[in-house]
Amino acid sequence: MMSDFSKNHEPLRKPVPLYEQTVKDEKGRYQRFHGAFTGGFSAGYFNTVGTKEGWTPATFVSSRQQKAGRQNARPEDFMDEEDLGDHGIAPRQITTTADFASGRKDVIRDKARAITSLSAPIPGDTVLEDLVAPARSSMGVELLRKMGWKDGQGVGPRVKRRLCKQRADSATRAFGSASPPNGSSESQDEEDGEFVPENVTFAPKDVTPIDFTPKVDLHGLGYRGLNPLAALRGGPGAGHINLFTMDSDRTNSLFGEDRKGQRRRGGVAGQGFGVGAMEDDDEDIYHRDIMSNYDTVLGGEEPGNGLYGWTAPQQYNRKKKDHSKDAAYLGKILEGFTLASDKLETKTVGIFPPPNLPRDFRPVHYFRPVVDLSSVSPMVAQALQTSRGHMAQEEPSKGGRHQLDSAQRRELLGEATLQGADCSLYSSETCRHNKMSLLNPSRFAPHAEQQQQEALSVWSGPTAQAQTGQTFKPFERTPHKQARYDLYIDQLKQGDRDALELSLDPTMTEWERGRERDEFVRAALLYKPSSSSLSCRFTRGKQDDGVEADTVEVTRDQENDVDDKQAAVKMKMFGKLTRDTFEWHPDNLLCKRFNIPDPYPGSGFVGMPKVKRDKFSVFNFLTVSESPTASASPAPQGNKQSVPLYPDTFYLKCYREEFQSVGALTFIVYYQIYSLFNLITRLN
Amino acid sequence: MVRTQTNTHTVRYDCCSTWSCLCIYITRFRCFSSSHFLSTHLSPPPLSLSFSADGNYLLSCGSDKSLKLWSVSRGTLLKTYSGHGYEVLDADGSYDNSQLCSCSSDKTVILWDVATGQVTRKLRGHAGKVNCVQFNEEATVILSGSIDGTVRCWDTRSRKFDPIQILDEAQDGVSSLKVSEHELLTGSVDGRVRRYDLRMGQLHVDFINSPITCVCFSADGQCTLTSSLDSTVRLLDKSTGEMLGEYTGHKMKGYKLDCCLSSKDTHVLSCSEDGHVYCWDLVEGSLMLKLPVGKAVVQSLSFHPSETRLLTAMEGRVQVWGAEPEETEEEVVVVQQEKA
Repeated sequence: MMSDFSKNHEPLRKPVPLYEQTVKDEKGRYQRFHGAFTGGFSAGYFNTVGTKEGWTPATFVSSRQQKAGRQNARPEDFMDEEDLGDHGIAPRQITTTADFASGRKDVIRDKARAITSLSAPIPGDTVLEDLVAPARSSMGVELLRKMGWKDGQGVGPRVKRRLCKQRADSATRAFGSASPPNGSSESQDEEDGEFVPENVTFAPKDVTPIDFTPKVDLHGLGYRGLNPLAALRGGPGAGHINLFTMDSDRTNSLFGEDRKGQRRRGGVAGQGFGVGAMEDDDEDIYHRDIMSNYDTVLGGEEPGNGLYGWTAPQQYNRKKKDHSKDAAYLGKILEGFTLASDKLETKTVGIFPPPNLPRDFRPVHYFRPVVDLSSVSPMVAQALQTSRGHMAQEEPSKGGRHQLDSAQRRELLGEATLQGADCSLYSSETCRHNKMSLLNPSRFAPHAEQQQQEALSVWSGPTAQAQTGQTFKPFERTPHKQARYDLYIDQLKQGDRDALELSLDPTMTEWERGRERDEFVRAALLYKPSSSSLSCRFTRGKQDDGVEADTVEVTRDQENDVDDKQAAVKMKMFGKLTRDTFEWHPDNLLCKRFNIPDPYPGSGFVGMPKVKRDKFSVFNFLTVSESPTASASPAPQGNKQSVPLYPDTFYLKCYREEFQSVGALTFIVYYQIYSLFNLITRLN
Repeated sequence: MVRTQTNTHTVRYDCCSTWSCLCIYITRFRCFSSSHFLSTHLSPPPLSLSFSADGNYLLSCGSDKSLKLWSVSRGTLLKTYSGHGYEVLDADGSYDNSQLCSCSSDKTVILWDVATGQVTRKLRGHAGKVNCVQFNEEATVILSGSIDGTVRCWDTRSRKFDPIQILDEAQDGVSSLKVSEHELLTGSVDGRVRRYDLRMGQLHVDFINSPITCVCFSADGQCTLTSSLDSTVRLLDKSTGEMLGEYTGHKMKGYKLDCCLSSKDTHVLSCSEDGHVYCWDLVEGSLMLKLPVGKAVVQSLSFHPSETRLLTAMEGRVQVWGAEPEETEEEVVVVQQEKA
């Protein structure tokens, strides 16, 4: 209950009406609330300013001077993390403060100091810098200075040296990487004249610090890369085009101030500068013209000794030149390198005089044959003799070897001409005509006479004569008809005009004969040999040797009769009677392995040359009769062997021929059969 | 009849079952008082593992299916090469002693690496046991002759397992073959000596009429020596085929025994089935020496390429015969082959 809570407070009031909701301060004055909210200008301070006490008067202090010092906002305040990162515009790094930094000073700064020390009003002295810059040299340097050392001098006992050596040209000073040695102050007074005071000692030369940074890249020695200033500036060595003129403010502000000497070195821009937009001659307004382009001098500049610019190699001219200049120049070329003090003795390198030529020497080389002609097969010997030992350039065709046609190439290679009709699909009339007639027999329907003529011409041509082997037999089913057809074809081949009539069977009826006549003619035309339009595209397939083939390959050269040899051996007459020589082709790879030239380079086969012979079967010789002579009378074949006196050897040969490919083991098996058979026949 | 003789006449090898050596061996160094020159030798160039001297090593192949490498001077066994499936019939070493080839009754020819003893290549293709094998001069080709009548030329350089060429002109087994710079000499059981001239591309066949057991070239390359089963050793002229000399007196009727020429072509030596080694003067043909090697068949012999030393193999032992020095030494180095 509310009454419980208000036990400590004043007794419960009635709800305060609006007009009684007022605030009074401690003095009892009514508070006035300004504005829409509680608060206002004088809220809390009751029309006072700023403080409870109110505005207090104070003396005016001007902050105009301090505005510069007071930096409310630093640039870093406007930067984000990226800018403050490693690659930003204000990277934050941790560096050693100057108090703790090592004594090694910035090289560039040192050089700059050294150079400016020369051109300063008091040369050799860095008073101004010491005044202006905070002197932060190490203790050792301070001590040295107190002992009389100056910047740029060497450290060590003073030495006596010739004055002229020390003096360096002012022009070369600018290029030298090492600061020239400074003499003591006394020597500076002696600038003109050769007078060398005798009791003057000089400070030793400063040691050029050796750069110990290792070379870790793969560039060449002394490679410095592209100097962007030089490239963009477009000096005489650069090939860049400068879009702006040399004198524009913009270039100067962009590329920095150049030395005064270089200002005029560039050329005028624009071909003839001042080419307007309206003018025609504006092809090459960006072309840069350099004054050195006009450096040529006409006449009279060549050296008087008639060398016309030929200069001897360095070693002959070196004595005239100044060695010191050489060294300085070379030192500039390759940083960190200088000329060696010891010259390389030419004797150690060894310059050898040219050989003495014989009086009759002519610088022409003839190839002699490497191989003795007698010890090599005749084919190779012939090839060696006919070859001239160099690349044959004889009789090149008009267009060279690429313009040969197949006939010329065949001639060059020595190949045999191809058999077969030399025709193309569109060449001969007859081809076309035949093709048409075959396709549309009804449309053309030539006369029977014409057809016969055609058949005759086709079959009696040379190509038909060349046809050996089998041709297609159209009437195989009926052997009689086939026989007549064969007869007809044969007579056609011979060019007989009445071939058709002669080959017809007189026993047949007239109607049958007529039919047969037509059939023969049509067949002859249809199945003509190799003069059809596509025949030159086809060739007869290789005869497959198989069981059905009735020829077998045997070696072409056979041995002489064995029995003669045996007799010779018994009589001990070795030599011609017992020796046989055959042609034998080694494999090409075998010749290579034996390191000898292939005796038959063009041969396609290996071993002894083989020819086909008709096969014999044992059944050729099986006769029913029992007389031994009957069994010993086979028909003589094309072998070199004469009719054998001993049937055994002959049978053996036959068996060998027949089973040439089967292998020795099967041969042995068959030999067993043969011997059994022999036994049986002998017994009979 | 000649023909049936050819076929039923199987040429026997390794008559004794305990016989282990066939080609060239050394067991004992023995001097002979009556000998003028007889020495031990290795016909293939020595196999060098760390030495390189020619004629210092010796290869022996045995019916225990292994190939053994010996040192001649000490008579010690250096290495054994096992890998064949049947008895090893012949072996040859390359000119630089880094490779060996061997052939066996298991119809294979194996190319060995000498140092490691590993099989580099196993060449299969023959249809029967391989009787003889030899490297060519540069050890790029292995030629092997087999009882199936073929001589196969294998390429050691390439990785092909097929032979480069198969010479199958022989009508019966090939018993022996020798290779020279450009020629291949084969002797066959069909009684013919075939000489394949690679340079001229010719094959010369000499008819001897009895099965040939061994062929070899002479050192000057003008003659060939053939021994056949009619107990005759014949010297034939290479170019014409005429017989220059005939040497008889030994017994060779059934076994494949070796014959050779001395290092300077002065003498002809041949094994014999009566346990002797016969030595004839080449020019005169007279028997100079009959070395009593033992009681059994002397199966193989080999002459040193340069010195007068002879190796003979008999019944599991190999003997080295040297020229007689001024004082007779009794230095005996015995090396026994393992019996198979």
